[in-house]
Amino acid sequence: MAALVALTVSIISFALIYMAGDPAVALAGENATPDVVAQIRAQYGYDRPLPVQYLDWLAHALRGDFGTSPYFRLPVSELIADRLEVTMILGVLGISFALLVGVPMGVLAAMRPNSLIDRAALFIAVVGQAIPSFWFGLILIVLFAVNLGWLPASGADSWKGFVLPTIVLGYYATPAIMRLTRAGMIEVLGSDYIRTARAKGVKPRKILFKHALRNAVIPVVSLAAVQMGFMLGGSIVTESVFALHGAGYLAWQSISRNDLPTMQALILIFSLFYIFFTFLADVLNAWLDPRLRK
Amino acid sequence: MTGTILSIEGLTVDLPKGGDRSHAVENLSVTVGAGEIVCIVGESGSGKSITSFATMALLPRALNVSSGRIVFEGQDILKLSEADHARLRGNRMAMIFQEPMTALNPCYTVGDQIEEVFLSHTDMPKAERKARTLALLTEVRMPDPPRIYASYPHQLSGGQRQRIVIAMALALDPSLLIADEPTTALDVTTQAQILSMFRELRRTRGAGIMLVTHDFDVVAEVADKVVVMQRGVVVEQGTADEVLNRPKHPYTRQLIDAVPRRARDDARETASRPEVLRVEELTKTYRIPASFGRAAREVAALRPASFSLREGETLGIVGESGSGKSTLVRALLRLIDPTSGRVMIDGKDIAAAPKSSLRTLRRDIQIVFQDPYGSLNPRRTIGDQLVEGPVNFGVPRAQAMERARDLVRIVRLGEEVLQRYPNQFSGGQRQRLCIARALMVEPKILVADEAVSALDVSVQKEVLRLLAEIRDRMGLSMLFITHDLRVAAQICDDVIVMSKGEIVERGAIGRVFADPQHPYTRELLAAMPGQGWKVPDLSALPPAVA
Repeated sequence: MAALVALTVSIISFALIYMAGDPAVALAGENATPDVVAQIRAQYGYDRPLPVQYLDWLAHALRGDFGTSPYFRLPVSELIADRLEVTMILGVLGISFALLVGVPMGVLAAMRPNSLIDRAALFIAVVGQAIPSFWFGLILIVLFAVNLGWLPASGADSWKGFVLPTIVLGYYATPAIMRLTRAGMIEVLGSDYIRTARAKGVKPRKILFKHALRNAVIPVVSLAAVQMGFMLGGSIVTESVFALHGAGYLAWQSISRNDLPTMQALILIFSLFYIFFTFLADVLNAWLDPRLRK
Repeated sequence: MTGTILSIEGLTVDLPKGGDRSHAVENLSVTVGAGEIVCIVGESGSGKSITSFATMALLPRALNVSSGRIVFEGQDILKLSEADHARLRGNRMAMIFQEPMTALNPCYTVGDQIEEVFLSHTDMPKAERKARTLALLTEVRMPDPPRIYASYPHQLSGGQRQRIVIAMALALDPSLLIADEPTTALDVTTQAQILSMFRELRRTRGAGIMLVTHDFDVVAEVADKVVVMQRGVVVEQGTADEVLNRPKHPYTRQLIDAVPRRARDDARETASRPEVLRVEELTKTYRIPASFGRAAREVAALRPASFSLREGETLGIVGESGSGKSTLVRALLRLIDPTSGRVMIDGKDIAAAPKSSLRTLRRDIQIVFQDPYGSLNPRRTIGDQLVEGPVNFGVPRAQAMERARDLVRIVRLGEEVLQRYPNQFSGGQRQRLCIARALMVEPKILVADEAVSALDVSVQKEVLRLLAEIRDRMGLSMLFITHDLRVAAQICDDVIVMSKGEIVERGAIGRVFADPQHPYTRELLAAMPGQGWKVPDLSALPPAVA
């Protein structure tokens, strides 16, 4: 299933070149003569039949060869490998932050619905959903980098450079995780099997963590996977604000420079990550809930 | 009897403000002795479950105990801390719930969930916990304990899951066992096994058992003492013999009067009447496609079924869950497509009719479903919902409204109900409205699919009487589907017994009860609770004392 989706995605990302118009014309630039365009078309192989071009591209892509970036004049794979590391670290940190904050807050809110804790959590969630990332990022920079001087405002030279971007990226994903955890926990805590566990004399804390959380967290896992994929591809804003040169930033550059091979490669890689995390979520959920196993 | 285990004294539980009464339970006093089964009987809303939850200290947060004492083994439950409660629960007192399908955590194996009782209350090593769990599984008569030990709840049937809950409750030999409608959701043969398990427990372990039920036949089967509750108040209590055979309070008498009798005395002659429905060799087979190394399989949900229904006749279709009775009804109405066979009404074959003509064919055959809460649209008035059927078939609205007025009178409700919404009615009233709705299009056949199963006994009796009256008045034929033989006995002329997708027996109801031919029918009859109890002739008793 996942493999089929991956193949479809590869076809779509290949087709992108043609959706944006004739790639040879785009590469040749403005004011190019028809001769130059024809020469470029032959040089990049755009004159061959589409299926041949696709298979050729796919064969190279599978070996990690995405061609050369016309803008950076570097092999695309080298270009991406450099940047992907930053984005991966940021993504993993971001989702960890969101889970470590969102899940416990959701559990606390669910334990006492409509209490002060619940209201506070709701307030944080609404604010998180409402503040745009770039604005939140700038506030943090002004506060912690400029005024207090505790953390650097930009760069990825040490772990300190990742603190603020992680908070910005993670905070954006926190509200949804928190609300879903809260709703799931409230439903599960009212269920018959929790009553059974209480009737057995199981201690309240164990009921909460062993019996309730495992059932409530199943939809959260699926959500976190989607958000993880989203963070890898969509950390453009955060990376720009903190001048972290990651894959998101590279994507933004390649789009604005019409750098087709880089765009293609990034879209394919982001999509594959997305598929991988969704698959991982399915595996994790099957481990959590035996009813999902075949 | 070696002494009192539980003594509830003057217990009052408040309801949140704004309800129809201020107390869920009022001034209740009950004692349970060792080796004694005390049944708390009452209809829905009588406060019987609240009593059991209060004893376990498992009341929902919205409910508060305002006065009284619950003394268990010498200490007042109401004065203990949450941690003390946790120490008692599962250890000294244990509870079995009504709904076995949802009572177990879907994420953990059955073995793990039983072992948790030992884990919570003892410091037994792992190997001993496992050995004790396997022994418990054997004790509650589960087949193949090692396999069940490693199974997840969704792999077990309802009856099996209930046994797991019972195994948990028995794990540490509690002195008090509270069972809240433990067999209501189960088939009658499973119920019989579980009730006999209770009797055995009383004998072998000497535990006190508090059994909450609405079913007097269950009471007759196991009770030593009976407490009758109505609207939060105990109206009568005494030994089983006293309450069952010489009830004093009018409410107790009303409940006992509503208990379905086991046989009909008025046999009606229907064999000479014309046929309105003939079912010939109707079958339904499900194909399960091949997947992951498992070959494709065919499951016969309904094996060739043939029968006919005569005008004015009531034919009962009786069977336990999974017997194929619902499949039969659905295939008959073409709610699912039958695999083969014919369903003839008025010379037309419903089973072969094109989809487009089904709407007109279904006019002759209408259905009343089990759940009176789910089968009325909550956002439309009763009047709108009643006239919808005939209006669809081209009857002018005014004329349909006239018929709706007639019908609500026939089901003994006032005309004003037509302007109201479903949430303003009780379960019994809703079911009467569903019957009225089914009759709006003047069907020849009425199908009642477990139509009284969700109702309290006294309401059940009323609805059954109403159905019989309407049938006779309108010359209706009825297919009456039920899992409850006692209910079938009250209304049916003939009965079909189904088991594993097959009709195993058909005959006049009196004959099937008196002289069952098929082994399965015999098993079903033997499993009926309360057979040792002859429902007393209430008119022969001295006047009731309230």
